[in-house]
Amino acid sequence: MKNKALNTVLNGILRENPVFALVLGMCPTLATTTSALNGMSMGLATTFVLICSNVVISLLKNLIPDKVRIPAFIVVIATFVTMVQLLIQAYVPVVYDKLGLFIPLIVVNCIVLGRAEAFAAKNTVGLSALDGLGMGLGFSLALTLIGALRELLGTGSLFGMNLYSETYGMLIFVLAPGAFIVLGYLMALVQKLLKK
Amino acid sequence: MAKLQSSFKNMLLSLTLIALVAAAALAGVYTMTAGPIANASAKKQQEAIKQVLPEVEGMTFAKADTVYVVEKSDTVSTIILHKAYVGEEWIGTAVEASTEGNMNMPFGGTFKLMVGFDQVGNVVNYVVLEQAETPGLGALMESWFCNKEKDGQNILGKNPATTNFTVSKDGGDVDAITASTITSRAFLEVVVRAYNAVAQQPMLIEKVEVEPAEAFVCPNGNDPLECAGRGCAEQYCLKQKGDQQ
Repeated sequence: MKNKALNTVLNGILRENPVFALVLGMCPTLATTTSALNGMSMGLATTFVLICSNVVISLLKNLIPDKVRIPAFIVVIATFVTMVQLLIQAYVPVVYDKLGLFIPLIVVNCIVLGRAEAFAAKNTVGLSALDGLGMGLGFSLALTLIGALRELLGTGSLFGMNLYSETYGMLIFVLAPGAFIVLGYLMALVQKLLKK
Repeated sequence: MAKLQSSFKNMLLSLTLIALVAAAALAGVYTMTAGPIANASAKKQQEAIKQVLPEVEGMTFAKADTVYVVEKSDTVSTIILHKAYVGEEWIGTAVEASTEGNMNMPFGGTFKLMVGFDQVGNVVNYVVLEQAETPGLGALMESWFCNKEKDGQNILGKNPATTNFTVSKDGGDVDAITASTITSRAFLEVVVRAYNAVAQQPMLIEKVEVEPAEAFVCPNGNDPLECAGRGCAEQYCLKQKGDQQ
């Protein structure tokens, strides 16, 4: 049982990493990773939604008839996303200023609905929570890594700390093409490491 | 418990119940966060106001004035004025204005500034309240126009009435952000619109000395006062006295 729980968490972080292996949730991955902090904040907000929605959907799975499962899942997910949005706006306004537009978009993030449909609707509450945690951490790690690389190469800083002069930064990494370049190389690297 | 069948009744009940619980949960969180959200927003605004006005002890603020300005772009913009006083003396105004109503639209959606002016209309400082410009390019406006080491791009201490607040590419006196002329044009236009909103206020109008216009002399002896309100006064006057109007 312990092994199963650990496997469920590790699965989301490594083998089925939502960004590098499942290639889900590309919109926030590409758009919010302009800095390490932005990537991490987005990842953690998504993790919270994933855990809560997985738990609630797993609890309600027998009360939701199959034909209306998608609208029911979306209502549950949207509720948690709105809660996260209000909480971030109230208690971490700095993060809200940076991510404002992208927080409501967590509702349509494929990872959240994907895990609700593929895992939470078929498994126990405990395992669903662990799956949400694993997937969320995997997503957060991926976004933080992409954000850190883009910030470092583009502006010469990491988590806002200046490591070298911004003048030598390659601006392209902060812009949209940089997101695709970093994502592509990281995906190739992770796949290579996983196949070893 | 067995899974509910997809009958009409079950589907209706299930969705209604989920929607009701969701609504109640959201109402709870909203009530809990409404206060802190309002506080955070007010705190941010207060800090921005203090940052853009001269550092003076004992500064007090009048109730914010919201003015609606019909802009050249034929849209109505909302500009908020925070007038600061020391005792009875008015020492400056912090103006909250956005690109709404601009003729030069920004590159990445609307942005909002807080610009501070002293009694004579010199820019004291500015803070970018909201922006979605490209990092490393347009987003540099946060530090570009207040760089005191580069006079060409610095707008602090300058007055839109005496300095041409358009980018040098358009014949103005301010250097645009490298590779972000669109953002720079939009930024400078917001500053000028903010200035104009202050200039329309009675307090500043008292300060500005208006030169009397030269009296119009009718070249053929007609009474200039008669010309008033008849469109082009000069054309009217050029007609010979006694001609039919």
